[in-house]
Amino acid sequence: MLESTIIFAIHGDVERMLIQFQDESGEVLGNPFDVPLDITPDKLQLVCNALLQKEEPLPFAFYARGEAEVVTSLAVCVKALGIETEQVLPVVYQPQAVFRVRAVARCTSSLQGHTEAVISTAFSPTGKYLASGSGDTTVRFWDLTTETPHHTSRGHTHWVLSIAWSPDGKKLASGCKNSQICIWDPVTGQQIGKTLIGHTKWITWLCWEPLHLNAECRYLASSSKDGSVRVWDTLLCRTEKIMTGHTQTVTCVKWGGDGLLYTSSQDRTIKVWRASDGVQCRTLQGHAHWVNTLALSTDYVLRTGAFDPAHATINAQDGSNPERLVSGSDDFTMFLWNPAEEKKPLARLTGHCALVNEVLFSPDTRLLASASFDKSIKIWDGRTGKYLQSLRGHVAAVYQVAWSSDSRLLVSGSSDSTLKVWDVKTAKLSMDLPGHADEVFAVDWSPDGQRVVSGGKDKCLRIWRR
Amino acid sequence: VQRSPPSGPVHSRAHDGQVEVALPMPPQVRRRAPVCASQVVLKMHEQRKTKQKNDDKTPEGAVPAYLLDREGQSRAKVLSNMIKQKRKEKAGKWEVPLPKVRAQGETEVLKVIKTGKRQKKAWKRMVTKVCVVGDGFTRKPPKYERFIRPMGLRFKKAHVTHPELKATFCLLGVITKGTVVEVNVSELGLVTQGGKVIWGKYAQVTNNPENDGCINAVLLV
Repeated sequence: MLESTIIFAIHGDVERMLIQFQDESGEVLGNPFDVPLDITPDKLQLVCNALLQKEEPLPFAFYARGEAEVVTSLAVCVKALGIETEQVLPVVYQPQAVFRVRAVARCTSSLQGHTEAVISTAFSPTGKYLASGSGDTTVRFWDLTTETPHHTSRGHTHWVLSIAWSPDGKKLASGCKNSQICIWDPVTGQQIGKTLIGHTKWITWLCWEPLHLNAECRYLASSSKDGSVRVWDTLLCRTEKIMTGHTQTVTCVKWGGDGLLYTSSQDRTIKVWRASDGVQCRTLQGHAHWVNTLALSTDYVLRTGAFDPAHATINAQDGSNPERLVSGSDDFTMFLWNPAEEKKPLARLTGHCALVNEVLFSPDTRLLASASFDKSIKIWDGRTGKYLQSLRGHVAAVYQVAWSSDSRLLVSGSSDSTLKVWDVKTAKLSMDLPGHADEVFAVDWSPDGQRVVSGGKDKCLRIWRR
Repeated sequence: VQRSPPSGPVHSRAHDGQVEVALPMPPQVRRRAPVCASQVVLKMHEQRKTKQKNDDKTPEGAVPAYLLDREGQSRAKVLSNMIKQKRKEKAGKWEVPLPKVRAQGETEVLKVIKTGKRQKKAWKRMVTKVCVVGDGFTRKPPKYERFIRPMGLRFKKAHVTHPELKATFCLLGVITKGTVVEVNVSELGLVTQGGKVIWGKYAQVTNNPENDGCINAVLLV
């Protein structure tokens, strides 16, 4: 039997208890069996791998009764939770990413070239190209192997407020303060097609249609201060649909994996639209002030799904559960929604003392990070919305955050001109990255986990590596 | 009799000069009015005086989309705000949209009602300002009522405006008497740091309810 392959050394009279392995959705694995209380996580991993009968052993994290993580030994958890040793204890196992991303530690280069503040940066889904938009109206492409400028794309007439890579990595869309959108080719730096004109005020967010819904990467959604959302056909360079309904600025638009568009606005509502015909399905109400930002649990998967950088374990939960939406607002709270099905929020996440600027799901969707102007970042459970921990260290408003692809590290950029890398498991600061001369406006972590890029008011782009 | 002198040679000369000549030009040509040199000089002077919008240069101070629509507070402003706050705390002043409120005497608020067979007794008073009644308000028997509250002046609801959002909510209120009232804001969905929902906030009444028939107030945030 299994016990014969694993030898438990019995020192004196160590108490034993019965445990039952369960996965995250509650399904049991194997039969309950008897382990000594001083068992460590590595031995639990051996047992779990043996039960799952996998060829390659996977790393796991264990949670006694789904609440307390087993860090040193089971005895500590049992004492902390006050569990009786007579009953069977359910132990939830969570597969972790096989690869580990290492914390970035040094600035390998400071890329100068922009003549005004850098306001948006993004890695392409493959992690090969880097693009940045700036107040000097140009979009610049940078070569990552040599860390030098590649192309400078001119065409906009005002600050480039938002940029978005198409899911196949072949096109970049950029929107400016004069309400124009341009599509660029990263290889040549030239504009593809005509400039898309239609909005009457500046563009706040751009989002492409996911690859699995349309492999050509043809449609792009844009939101603007004029209160409307337009879906553009980038091949024919014209507006496909206009969705009006919001009465004030639309701050964010996200294209979900089921063909639904989610938009948040300063009129305190979030609206759900059907992308196929532009009809409004639902209005989600509850916030008391502007809704600043949205995050979908499928964000990371939709961004990188076409390519598979060492992402060996994708949480099987995502396939069965509908996608979740989190909205962050000026009323200092966030709501967790199941927008495809319900009008009522799943949970309200309170705790911040100032407005929430950005929320982001971790790539494995188990965690949620929120960056706020109250100088802290809070981590929440991605499924239930329960508060987990606070990351304090910044001395001014935290503007943006980015997760590493193994969901263990988080980098945050702030108005105090530093970036900080946090280890989420221990809730401690892993690395402090000073170097910028002024506020940091944009951060991004490349999907292959190698580099972090940050851009800010001091007009230069910094790349950080291990 | 000749009434007026006949037209002299001058008129006929002028008349002769107005003969229409068919010029060899295409019919659609528009003749531009000739601009004299002084007009050009005047325009140049005007351009120098008025500020021209420089369309070529993009404005400085680029900020990302999430910072637009927000006033970025400069550091100097933050410090001066701190000092002002400390001064206010020392003075003990309470900042309200309408800081000066006129004191109202008893004769203005309560009107004397004469009762009795000979209309001599004057122990009844009628309230002339808006007053608040709870949900289960019933009048005392009219014979024993000392203070009469006219039905038109009894209020349960108030229109309260949030100053920043510029949105007006119709709130069912626990309204206490006075120009600064306490309002039930649980419908707004505001939350404290501890996670408790705020249900009471102060608002200041901004109109004369007894004249308008409704209570308008501004929320004190």
